[in-house]
Amino acid sequence: MDLAFTKEEQAFREEVRAFFKDNVPPETRRKMVEGRHLSKDEMVTWWRILNKKGWGVSHWPKEYGGTGWSSVQHYIFNEELQAYPAPQPLAFGVSMVGPVIYTFGNEEQKKKYLPRIANVDDWWCQGFSEPGSGSDLASLKTKAERRGDKWIINGQKTWTTLAQHADMIFCLCRTDPAAKKQMGISFIVFDMKSKGVTVRPIQTIDGGHEVNEVFFDDVEVPIENLIGEENKGWDYAKFLLGNERTGIARVGVSKERIRRIKELAGKIESGGRPVLEDPSFREKLTACEVELKALELTQLRVVADEGKHGKGKPNPASSVLKIKGSEIQQTTTELLMEVIGPFAAPYDVHGDDDSNETMDWTAQIAPSYFNNRKVSIYGGSNEIQRNIIAKAVLGL
Amino acid sequence: MDFDLTEEQRLLKDSIDGLLADAYDFDKRKLYMKEKGGWSQAMWSKLAEQGLLGLPFSEDDGGFGAGGVETMIVMEAMGRALVLEPYLATVVLSGGFLRHGASAAQKAAHLPGIIDGSKTFAFAQLEKQSRYDLFDVATSAKKKGDGYVIDGEKFVVLNGENADTLIVTARTSGGQRDKSSIGVFIVPADAKGVTRKGYPTQDGLHAADITFTGVEVGADAVIGDPAHGLPLIERVVDEARIALCAEAVGLMDESLKTTVEYIKTRKQFGVAIGSFQSLQHRASDMFVALEQARSMSMFATMAAEFDDAKERATSVAAAKVQIGKSGKYVGQQAIQLHGGIGMTMETKIGHYFKRLTMIETTFGDTDYHMRRVSEAGGLI
Repeated sequence: MDLAFTKEEQAFREEVRAFFKDNVPPETRRKMVEGRHLSKDEMVTWWRILNKKGWGVSHWPKEYGGTGWSSVQHYIFNEELQAYPAPQPLAFGVSMVGPVIYTFGNEEQKKKYLPRIANVDDWWCQGFSEPGSGSDLASLKTKAERRGDKWIINGQKTWTTLAQHADMIFCLCRTDPAAKKQMGISFIVFDMKSKGVTVRPIQTIDGGHEVNEVFFDDVEVPIENLIGEENKGWDYAKFLLGNERTGIARVGVSKERIRRIKELAGKIESGGRPVLEDPSFREKLTACEVELKALELTQLRVVADEGKHGKGKPNPASSVLKIKGSEIQQTTTELLMEVIGPFAAPYDVHGDDDSNETMDWTAQIAPSYFNNRKVSIYGGSNEIQRNIIAKAVLGL
Repeated sequence: MDFDLTEEQRLLKDSIDGLLADAYDFDKRKLYMKEKGGWSQAMWSKLAEQGLLGLPFSEDDGGFGAGGVETMIVMEAMGRALVLEPYLATVVLSGGFLRHGASAAQKAAHLPGIIDGSKTFAFAQLEKQSRYDLFDVATSAKKKGDGYVIDGEKFVVLNGENADTLIVTARTSGGQRDKSSIGVFIVPADAKGVTRKGYPTQDGLHAADITFTGVEVGADAVIGDPAHGLPLIERVVDEARIALCAEAVGLMDESLKTTVEYIKTRKQFGVAIGSFQSLQHRASDMFVALEQARSMSMFATMAAEFDDAKERATSVAAAKVQIGKSGKYVGQQAIQLHGGIGMTMETKIGHYFKRLTMIETTFGDTDYHMRRVSEAGGLI
């Protein structure tokens, strides 16, 4: 047992850190630090810089543009990226649909889609959740009917993150209405500019526009846009959701936020002394730091295990990552709220419109707190995670 | 970065797990508890035979030169089996003082007895007013000739009733809360002026309150520097905290296992109560608490090797915070999920809860260590 990173791993960390320092546009970093939304251009610009370096799809197999890094290297890369902070690669393309395509797609699909995912030539969004299908995803109703050489798609998706930017969607559609729930679902990809696709924004409680409703009204999709086998979509969806186990803890994000809490709490005074010196605030912050340290170690255990035994059999501790990771992220945004106290109140209409950036940094703290309530809901709510632990780990 | 055990460590784990599986079921434990001082001499001899009592001592001193990971393995196993024997008091604490601070002559005088199981030790540190501050020492050690005269009272000394030898902290000069001038002394338990009042503790272990009245010891009784003993005390107590973290992980691990087994078999309303989601979620939260604790126990074990004493201390304090919180949650929920049966002395689970509870208040509780981590500026 040894906690130390090897010399090579340390050198790798330095290399990654130096690259971010030299290449992340300062304005992008500033917005990340302040919890502001980034414009599409800002995100794509950064991802293309990353892709040019060869790090855009780092965890893909080498033949599709991956790096061949070890699990530990991936961990270091992610941590540094989150802690710098810089935007993480667009999950919907890089972590979700990409691996499904290179694992289950045909050669033509791989050639067609993978390079464009890597360079964000296409912005992808995820068509999974529906108004009546949240945690019970397999109850989804969006239909794809075969008509000649086309799929005709009808239905509605929701919570579609950044669909307003999207060029492509990967979609779970019911292709066999007679089959049992999970059995009649297919994984189909298509152009968001297709006739019959309507995107309607959902404004979330933080005032932002991240998620959307997406309506499909007789959308015609070429038959070859089915990925893998018809009616096997549920398997691919499970594969996709199980793919990102360790990133979900977002340890780097929370570390960065704790540094920011300390910086601000050291400056802002309450009762004639910095908030940081208030014993009750301090205790909450320390409690959060201890939980985060434990989570970091839990994550390292999972990473080290993957490195040794491959990704096949996940370490049972991996189910802890989502629950604790989201709780800690939420606590950090709560602590930031406490630091600024009454100055959390001023409202700033943000979203994609940066012209309204006249408010100072405090304006983003309450929205970030509101926004972060989502992290214990998405990606399988924490209650679903507890069900998973009860069944898969404890055998209940 | 590596969290796997080496081949030797795996063998050690198998051997102690095997030994305790045979010799330490819940009923046998009840018998051991009734022996003099509250633990089994025969069991202690078995631990010695397997080399477990010599584990951390160097080969030159007759031990096996094992490190922190080995102690973690042993303590975790002992936690799982609710072991009563004074491993912490003798091998980890007193052995720690001898390893890190004692002269060659002191080691030669005391280690063989520890390693072969013929002698046990106790660490007399806690005082009525000191609570968790290791530097708060009222017991005095006044110079007399080459040696010292010790006067004072120590409380809740684990294994204090049975120990052959005591390791005692005492002030050689200065005020009660001065951080300097604290010494560490080896005192035979039967020395003139030592009075011991033994009693069982809430968790089934045994401790003693010990009074020192004009106890005279020679110059050879001093471990290390009698004017600057605190760093040594802090180091050894940190090792004890690390060992307690591992023991607590063993206790939590077994508590969760036992609880899950129970709710799988206990039927109400015609079904196993483990089929109810409210219970499943609680069991899942116990698992989360356990894994976070396990991570911090490993972290603390590795932190013992940190060169920077401050970083070591902060890391160990953070681990103790996590263990305290997780231990309380797992312990309490284990009782709750057992229902009424969990309240009975006859059932194993309550004893796990009690030991976890006592660990929280040994060498600093959650609040105390939280404050230490805060004062050090946190972990990030």
